[in-house]
Amino acid sequence: MNKEILKKSQSLIALFLLCLVITLLSDKFLTGANLWNVLRQISVNVCISVGMTLVVLMAGIDLSVGSVLAFTSVICAGFLKNGITIESLDLFVGFTVLGAVLAALIIGFLLGLFNGWAITTFAIPPFVATLAMLTIARGATMLYSEGIPISNLGSSFEYIGSGWFLGIPVPVWISIIVVLLMVFITKKTTFGRYIYAIGGNEKAAYLSGININRIKLMVYSLAGMMAAIGGILVTSRLNSAQPNAGTSYELDSIAAVVIGGTSLSGGVGSVTGTVIGAVIIGVLNNGLVLLNVSPFWQQVVKGLVILLAVIIDRKSKK
Amino acid sequence: MLEAINISKEFPGVKALNGVNIKFFPAKVNAILGENGAGKSTLLKILTGVYHQYDGEIRLNGKPIRFKNIKEAHDAGIAIIHQELNLIPQLSIAENLFLGREILTPFGFLATSIMHHKTQQLLKKLQLNVSPNTLVQTLKIGEQQLIEIAKALLTNAQIILMDEPTSALTDKEIDNLHRIIHELKNEGKTIVYISHKMDELFKIVDNYTVLRDGSTIDAGEMSSVNEQDLIRKMVGRDVQISPKETFNFADKTILKVKNLTLKHHSIQNKNQLQSISFELKKGEILGVFGLMGAGRTELLEVIFGIHASKSCFEIEIEGKIRKIGTPKDAIQNGLAFVTEDRKSEGLVLGMSIAENISLTVLPEFGILNATNDTIAAQDYIKQLSIKTPSEKQSCINLSGGNQQKVVLAKWLATQPKILLLDEPTRGIDINAKNEIYQLIKKLAENGLSIMLVSSEIPEILALSDRILVMSEGKIKGEFLAADANEDKLLKAAI
Repeated sequence: MNKEILKKSQSLIALFLLCLVITLLSDKFLTGANLWNVLRQISVNVCISVGMTLVVLMAGIDLSVGSVLAFTSVICAGFLKNGITIESLDLFVGFTVLGAVLAALIIGFLLGLFNGWAITTFAIPPFVATLAMLTIARGATMLYSEGIPISNLGSSFEYIGSGWFLGIPVPVWISIIVVLLMVFITKKTTFGRYIYAIGGNEKAAYLSGININRIKLMVYSLAGMMAAIGGILVTSRLNSAQPNAGTSYELDSIAAVVIGGTSLSGGVGSVTGTVIGAVIIGVLNNGLVLLNVSPFWQQVVKGLVILLAVIIDRKSKK
Repeated sequence: MLEAINISKEFPGVKALNGVNIKFFPAKVNAILGENGAGKSTLLKILTGVYHQYDGEIRLNGKPIRFKNIKEAHDAGIAIIHQELNLIPQLSIAENLFLGREILTPFGFLATSIMHHKTQQLLKKLQLNVSPNTLVQTLKIGEQQLIEIAKALLTNAQIILMDEPTSALTDKEIDNLHRIIHELKNEGKTIVYISHKMDELFKIVDNYTVLRDGSTIDAGEMSSVNEQDLIRKMVGRDVQISPKETFNFADKTILKVKNLTLKHHSIQNKNQLQSISFELKKGEILGVFGLMGAGRTELLEVIFGIHASKSCFEIEIEGKIRKIGTPKDAIQNGLAFVTEDRKSEGLVLGMSIAENISLTVLPEFGILNATNDTIAAQDYIKQLSIKTPSEKQSCINLSGGNQQKVVLAKWLATQPKILLLDEPTRGIDINAKNEIYQLIKKLAENGLSIMLVSSEIPEILALSDRILVMSEGKIKGEFLAADANEDKLLKAAI
């Protein structure tokens, strides 16, 4: 039992040590303004990574989250700014902020559903199916936006990404809600239990009467929707949708999941672990910036940290 | 000569080998006989260096030897041809043969023409009329098997182990393989042969050793035994179960299966199960006996909705025709299936006892009720006397017998009307076995209808009310338990 607690707190200890080192090296780190800034930056990756956690727990992978983020971002911004015009019907539909946000969430959900459909119906490995979606969604983003950012989306929309509520940035609130919801789903619902069961032993789960395909569809759909939340946050924060937003975000989120102790072979891990993983990556990024490390070195360091995290995880399992 | 002396090998919770003694003679075909779980594959893994931690001694030509890895065994001249072939389908025959031992030119490049030529010689010897450049994936399974043999010949292996080489072959391919085995034998090579097909064993084997429950039961020359004795040595286990006294189950048919057929998974136009029909009464234990490969497991799997796309059958439960296309359908119709392999099919090993037990009964979308699950699990732990510190214990830490009880609990939790048991006591210790026997009897007395597949005759005889005997995918006999005995079952099974 003690060993288990130690293992669970392992990543927390790593986070604490990381913070300590940065605090010693830079007096700018442990200031309110900086910490809020870090949390706000992290919130996008937290949302995506939490969705990714469900997928990875089920022994799958979703490489399309970055592109889905970009597509939902331009959809959200485009709908909000220009609405939908269907010339042949002489029809124009305008969107409120809420309408645009909902549209983005639904699109994200549908793209994820498509991933799940390809994976379950044609037995395509998740890596390949979501790799295809990575390209498809990126292409669709470029088609819709014609490669040009969609900007000036109004102040009420900007509030989602930049506003404060009860002294805490709104995106942090959103990520907290998402995390709590997903912790609840993974730990307290049968759906969550089935995700672990499928990741742990898909055959036994199938023989136990679990509708594996339906659970998979749901999980990939949720992952798509989480990416859409990320897309909305990014768009609102910049008050602009960038067609090349979210590039390589899938890697950051997989890194958060892995650093957080979730096994890529499925069945083992947790949403809270992933949150710690995402915070570690965020703090590391922030610290490297504060210490004036060149962006090129930042990438090298980040990669080494991921490697180290996995090595420690492997060792502690033995 | 290759000898294994007093070999023991223990896995957590089960003793796989318990003082096995066995000798393999050169210029002979040596058979290792035994049912599943007898310890054959563990022994093979020790002989080929896969397992290097074991008690006892291996001697090669009189010299003690202990292989630390597969390569050492290989270098000592021991080659194994696995049931699942170890060829790379996308590479050519020549590339497969020389994989990892490629011949190079003086400049360090592949000496393709030399390898091509050597491959051609080997193919000729095996009478396989194909080009060395043929991709392995285009070959038939029987031909691929010959490529494996060619691999062993290429490395000049003196001892060739064959693990059920004929299980997927056609009759013609089998004849060819037997011819080659005969030639190899005459060249002085030691052949170690594992098969469950009695007829071919008597055709090609010179010496046999029977393993049962990890121990050597008997060894001798094939010419000195008959089929029935041999099978009795393999399956006849001395278990202390009092025979079933009562046969007074209700005369109410609960399950009726008609014309069940299953297509073969790899051979076209062949059926693995052929027009099987039977009935099961309420509270009855219907034993299903058969030797390996008779189709016992497949029969249960089909009924449980696992091979929906390859099977067809009519099923009536409690007088109504049902449609079962998935395990979920089966569960909803009151079926439960304790599978043969509890580790890969029965349990999510990383999950706790409570989590595994509740897996079959949770609704697809709903809130977990931890207290309910805990209470249910504690109930089953008591009822089935599962030995564990708590219901939160991970199943991976349980012994085989206790794991099996968790599987049973998980299925009893669905409150089934019909319980399908596939080798419910395989690989577990004698105490847990007896407990499971008692449980099965009690369940039937309480009105549960049970189909019991087993390869252990005493188990079948002691528990069943009625016994079906299967062979080659067909039902070959039906006996009331009162009229059945070992001889009759064996006769029908062969």
